Amino acid sequence: MTKSDLVQKLSEQVTTLTKKECEVIVDTVFGNMKESLQRGEKIEIRGFGSFTVRVRRAKEGRNPKTGEKVSIPEKRIPFFKVGKELRELVNS
Amino acid sequence: MTKAELVEIVYEKVGGLSKKEAQDIVEAIFNTMKENLKSGEKIKISGFGNFLLRDKRPRKGRNPQTGDDIQITARRVLTFRPSQILKAFINEKKS
Repeated sequence: MTKSDLVQKLSEQVTTLTKKECEVIVDTVFGNMKESLQRGEKIEIRGFGSFTVRVRRAKEGRNPKTGEKVSIPEKRIPFFKVGKELRELVNS
Repeated sequence: MTKAELVEIVYEKVGGLSKKEAQDIVEAIFNTMKENLKSGEKIKISGFGNFLLRDKRPRKGRNPQTGDDIQITARRVLTFRPSQILKAFINEKKS
C-alpha cells in the first residue's frame, strides 16, 4: 500500500470527506510526525507503536577505495518500535 | 507527541473539520494501516518511510536466566525503514 492507496481507502471509509481533503489530512499527519521527530520528540501511537530518535555517535571511518581515514559526524536516526497490539496482529 | 496531539494539529491546520471528524480520520489512518499490515502487505509512505513485514524462520535460543535451550518459533515481524528524506530532515539544523 502506498500513500495514495491509503488516501483512496480513507476517502471510501469517511464519506463526508473528499479525496483531496483526505490527502491534505494524511500529509498533515506525516508532515507533523516528521517535524516532531526533528525536534527530537518521541511519538507514541497507542496500539500502533512509537517513534523515537536515536543518536549515532561520531566515529572514524575509512574510504574503502583509498584507505584514507575520514571522520563520520554524529547523526540522528529515526527508530520505530512496534506496539504490542500490532506486533501480535501481524503475527496472527 | 501522542495521537491526541495529532488530532489537535489536524483540527487546527485543516479547516472545516469538527473535533470529532478530526479524531475519526486520524483513528482511521492508523486503523487502515494496521488492517493492511495484518493482511501481510507492506506500506510505503513516500517522504516518511516503509513499514515492511519479514518472515523469520524458527531458530534456537537460550533462556538467559536459566541457560535452558528453547526453540524460538517462526514468526512475522514488522520493521520500519525510514526514507532518505526523513533521515536527512531530522539531521537538519533547526533555524
